[in-house]
Amino acid sequence: MTTTTTQRTSPPAVTAPPPPRRRPAAGVIGRTLRYGLLLLFLLIVLMPAYVLVVTSFKSGSDIGVNGQWNLPEQWSTESWAKAWAALGPSFVRTFQLAIPVAVISSLLGAANGFVLSRWRFPGADIVFTLILFGMFIPYQAVMIPLRDVVSTLGIAPGIPTLIFVHCVYGIPICTLIFRNYYATTVPVEMVEAAWVDGAGLIRTFRSIILPVSIPGFVVAVIWQFTSAWNDYLFAIFLSNTRNGPITIALNALAGAQSPDYAASMAGALITSLPTLVVYVLLGRWFIGGLMAGSVKS
Amino acid sequence: MLTRVRRWGPGLLLISPSLLLLGVFVYGLIGWTIKVSMSDRHTAAESDGFVGLSNYVDLFANDINGRFLHSLRNLLIFTVVFLLGTMLLGLLWAFLLERGVRAEGLFRTVYLFPMAVSFVASGVVWRWLMNSGQGDDAGGLNAVFGQLHLDFLQNPWWTDPEWGMVAMAVPAIWQLSGYVMALFLAGFRGIPAELREAAAVDGASTFQLYRRVLFPQLTPVALSALIIVGHMSMKMFDLIMSVSGAQWLTEVPAVYVWQTLLTSDYAKASAISVILLLLVALVIVPYLVQTMRTERRS
Repeated sequence: MTTTTTQRTSPPAVTAPPPPRRRPAAGVIGRTLRYGLLLLFLLIVLMPAYVLVVTSFKSGSDIGVNGQWNLPEQWSTESWAKAWAALGPSFVRTFQLAIPVAVISSLLGAANGFVLSRWRFPGADIVFTLILFGMFIPYQAVMIPLRDVVSTLGIAPGIPTLIFVHCVYGIPICTLIFRNYYATTVPVEMVEAAWVDGAGLIRTFRSIILPVSIPGFVVAVIWQFTSAWNDYLFAIFLSNTRNGPITIALNALAGAQSPDYAASMAGALITSLPTLVVYVLLGRWFIGGLMAGSVKS
Repeated sequence: MLTRVRRWGPGLLLISPSLLLLGVFVYGLIGWTIKVSMSDRHTAAESDGFVGLSNYVDLFANDINGRFLHSLRNLLIFTVVFLLGTMLLGLLWAFLLERGVRAEGLFRTVYLFPMAVSFVASGVVWRWLMNSGQGDDAGGLNAVFGQLHLDFLQNPWWTDPEWGMVAMAVPAIWQLSGYVMALFLAGFRGIPAELREAAAVDGASTFQLYRRVLFPQLTPVALSALIIVGHMSMKMFDLIMSVSGAQWLTEVPAVYVWQTLLTSDYAKASAISVILLLLVALVIVPYLVQTMRTERRS
């Protein structure tokens, strides 16, 4: 700061060099370098995707150490059929898991987020911090008694159990998403006006807040759908290949000692398709959830 | 008083189910795990003998082959490489994109896409890419190195007994660098334009602009990224299970818990889990408290 002031107080620099002439050249080199690097990283990031697609269309005999990076000699859907046979039932089950989780978690999150964004009761910050801590814990720290508790509660094993635990442990992130959303985008005046008109909290929530909550819901639904779909930790502790989600089935297909790589990679693509479709179509909202995950509002 | 109840009673009602659930399933179950970790429940049979901290002492002092310390060492190597990799790549990508380039959306979408994929799915392809065969048996990336006459780059990847965890961090870096980029990009874009203009008026070179003006503004973002990625690293489980499976070479505490549960040693598994929780809490709790404090001030 001190250096800048001295520069400003010195007389207008008549002799100061005009913007250097080598700038344009440097600009061209800089730009080429920038795009070159961006493209290089683009290819590196896409490389595993290339391998997945190419290998998944090879037939069993087409896979050898030689030419394993090449395109298939004959494009074959044999491995896709094989993968689908192994993953099909769990693919359906994972939708039965991820959709209810997304809906229920978002509703809970909207209710909590609304109350916590408007209700500055004493100790509100502590309560909110305690809620948030729940989304960072390693779930191993609750997993051992959790298995006993859910079976004592009489929740059916497999998908129903997983729906329950994803909803419970999804409360912190969904509350955070909605609290930030309401705190930053819904004007206080709207809520105050409703109260002046005599509407209670629940009615204010239902008729004033919910209708303007769509963006929050999109972010929370995508986030919870993706986490439930991609989850492996809860799945391996609380379900098995017969009643569990697709990550368990994929791991069984791909985890063998000498795995069928073509079928495994077709399986990995099948497993990834729903979340990738969501990401490509609704990328902006997907990033919204990611950003919320870093707590900053 | 009555108006306050009327105004806020329903609110309490609205959030109480969630608070109750979290109270029981987060804090209650953590308490339960701590209790089991101090018992002698080493088999499937119930047992409530209280043994204090001896399960913890055993992990550090009496574990066969120093297995727990080995898993901590693996975790440390993994975390250091994972953090360095994601922070450097994330910052570099954000730096390359921040002033706006053509097709910025395309680059961002591609760099971030691995975040949408599960570790279990990406583990399938990384297992193939990190094929440990070399020379004539080379497969995956080693085959590419061979083709490019960069044979010295061929390596046993995660099967190396000393430094295998460095390789294990590579898929994790691939998966999360885009996330760090998104954080930094938001950080860059949040810097007021006046700061850049002021620096330009003062005749700062591009290097000085970044070194003295822009990078210091990114410190809070960098800290968030470090903590988020760091705590994910400590919990790393899916990726390792998918790439190598549960085995000695690549064992970290989260995997060790799973392996221990398979032998029904609940007390030991709980003790490892609690240590893992403490490690995570050590970085997360100060972060949460700090964030709350800044928020209250604003």
